[in-house]
Amino acid sequence: MRSKGLERTALIVMILLSLFCIVPLLLVVTSSFTSEKALYTYGYSLFPSEFSLDAYRYLLASKDRLFRSYLLSFLVTIIGTVTSVTITTLLAYPLSKRDLPGRNFFSFAIFFTMLFNGGLIPTYMVYSQTFHIKDTLWALIVPGLLMSGFSVILVRTYLTTNIPLDILDAAEIDGASQYRIFFSIVLPMSLPILATIGFMTGLAYWNDWQNGLYYLVRRTDLFTIQNLLNRIQSSADALKNSTANDMFAQGMDIPSVGARMAISVFAILPMLAVYPFFQKGFIKGITIGGVKG
Amino acid sequence: MPLQRLMVWHNSLTIHRITEMKKMTFNPTLSSKKTRKIKRFMPLYLMMIPGLTYLIINNYLPMPGLMIAFKKFKYNKGIWGSPWVGLKNFTFLVNSQDLALLLRNTILYNVAFIVLGTLLSITVAILLNELHKKKLQQTFQTIILIPHLMSYVIIAYIVYALFGGEYGMINGSILKPLGLQPISWYTEEQHWPYILTIVNLWKSFGYSSIVYYATIVGFDASLYEAALVDGANKFQCIFKITLPLLKHVIITLTLFSIGHIFYSDFGLFYQVPMNSGMLYNTTSTIDTYVYKGLMGDSNLGRASAAGFIQSFAGFICVLAANTVVRKLEAESALF
Repeated sequence: MRSKGLERTALIVMILLSLFCIVPLLLVVTSSFTSEKALYTYGYSLFPSEFSLDAYRYLLASKDRLFRSYLLSFLVTIIGTVTSVTITTLLAYPLSKRDLPGRNFFSFAIFFTMLFNGGLIPTYMVYSQTFHIKDTLWALIVPGLLMSGFSVILVRTYLTTNIPLDILDAAEIDGASQYRIFFSIVLPMSLPILATIGFMTGLAYWNDWQNGLYYLVRRTDLFTIQNLLNRIQSSADALKNSTANDMFAQGMDIPSVGARMAISVFAILPMLAVYPFFQKGFIKGITIGGVKG
Repeated sequence: MPLQRLMVWHNSLTIHRITEMKKMTFNPTLSSKKTRKIKRFMPLYLMMIPGLTYLIINNYLPMPGLMIAFKKFKYNKGIWGSPWVGLKNFTFLVNSQDLALLLRNTILYNVAFIVLGTLLSITVAILLNELHKKKLQQTFQTIILIPHLMSYVIIAYIVYALFGGEYGMINGSILKPLGLQPISWYTEEQHWPYILTIVNLWKSFGYSSIVYYATIVGFDASLYEAALVDGANKFQCIFKITLPLLKHVIITLTLFSIGHIFYSDFGLFYQVPMNSGMLYNTTSTIDTYVYKGLMGDSNLGRASAAGFIQSFAGFICVLAANTVVRKLEAESALF
C-alpha cells in the first residue's frame, strides 16, 4: 500500500532540491559562455543574452600559466592520493591483526589525533620552521592531507570484517611471508575500500587551496588551479579597492569575469568526470559510519 | 565530516570487540616463543613506520607548540626560545572583546547548522525513502552529493556570481526587474548569517541526508507492514515508527556535532565572504581569527590564545559529548 500523494510530494521536493544543488553550477557554466559586454550590462544570468567564446579564447591565449597550474593540480592529486592510500593501508593492515603486540597502544595513538590537535599556528610553525617546507612542492602534498586517522580506521574496520581469518591463517601455515600475504591476499581483497578512500583523498587534494595559501608565499609558480583561482579573486578585489596592485606579480593581467568562470569550469570538470565511477564506493564510505542499528 | 569520522571509529570498535571475543573462545593459546614472535611481527611493524612517522610529524609534534599561547613569539627565537608572558595573551584577547565576538559567531553558526542541517537531512532521507523507484533514489543521491565535490574557492566564485556588485544575479536578474533597489551584499554584514547558513546547507545536506537514509533503509520492513495491516497511514508510519527509530542516531550525531562546536569550516568563513573587512562582525570565527594572526593581519599572541582555547575547549566538548552519549546509549559511545 502506497500513498500516492506523499510520493508525488516527495518527488516534487526532491526535484526542487536537485535544482537548488545544480543551478548555481549552471550559472558558472553559462556565464563563462556570455560575452563580457553582456556580463557588464545585464550581469550574471542563467540565460545569456550574448553568447561568446571569448573567455575560452582567452584561456588558450594565456595558456602557459594556466596549463602549468592545471598540470600541477593533477600531479599533486595523483602523487598525494597514491602515497596516501599506500601508507594508510600499510598502517591499517597490521592493526587489523588482533594478536599484534601493542595494537591497542597504536590504535589509541591514531584515535587520539581525531580528538585533539595543535591547530593551525603550531602546525604551521612545525612545517615552516622545523621542516622548512615553505615554497616547496612538499607544501602541497604533506601538511594535513597525506593521511588521516579516519581513513586508517575505515580501512582497518573493512579488513577485520571482510577478510576471513581462515584465509590469512592458512596462508601463514603454508609459509607465506607477511609481505606476500599483504600483496597477494590483503590488497586485492580490499580494493573496494581503497577505491573509496582513494576518491575521498583525491577529492581533498584536488580541492585543496589552504596549503598553497599558507605555505606558498613566493613560489607562485607552484600554484595549483585552486590557488590560482584564489589569487585571481583576491587580486581582483585588491585592484577594485585600489589599495595594492603588486599582488598578482609575474606580469599576468587579471582575467576577465567570463574567463574566471571558464577557469572555474575547468577546475570543476575532473572531479565531476570521475565521480560517476567512484559514486557507489563514495556513498558506501559515507554510510559505513551511519549504519548502526 | 568529523562526526561521521567518529561514527566510523565507534563501529570499528564494536566490530573489534566481537572479533576479539571470538578469538578468545576459539584460539585459547598462541605459542609465544620470543624469537618466532619477533620474526612474525617484525614485517608488520615495519609496514607501520611510514604512517606512524607521518602522524608524529603532522599531529603530535605540533601539540607542544600550543604553549606559544603563553609566550611572546619572536621569529628569530622560535617557539622554544621565545620568552614566557604568562596569561597576557589571554587577558588581551578577553579585554579586546574579540573573544566574545568569536565565541558568539562560532557557536551560533554551529547551532544554526546543526538544527537546520539535521531537520533538512532527516526530511530528505524520509522523502528519498518514499520514492520507491530505485532509479530515482539513485539519481537524487547522485545529484545532492554534487555540491560536496566543490572546493570553497569555486563556491566563493558562485556566491559572488549570485550576490557580487551590481552584476550579481540576485541584484541584476531579480531585484532590478522587480523595481527594487540593488543591495550591496558584500558591505552589509546583516545578510551574512543567512547567506553563510544557506551555503553551508547547500554543500553539506546531501552528505548527512545519505547517512540518515542509509539508517532508514536498514529498518525492519515487517514493522511497517504490520502497521499498515493495522490501518495506519503513511504519516503515522513516519511519525510513529521512522522518527522514534531514528531517535538514537539523531541524538548521537547531534551530540557529536556539539562536540565540535568550537570548530568552524575555515573555507566557508574565509572564502565565501571574500575576507571582506566590512563583514568582520558577522563572518569572523575562531578559525579565521587564528589565520589572520598567523598572517600578521592581527596580533599573533591573541590568535594563538584563541587557538589554544579552541584545542582544549574542543577536546573537553568531545569528551563531554561522549559521556552523555554513553549514559543515553552505551553502545553508541566512542569509548
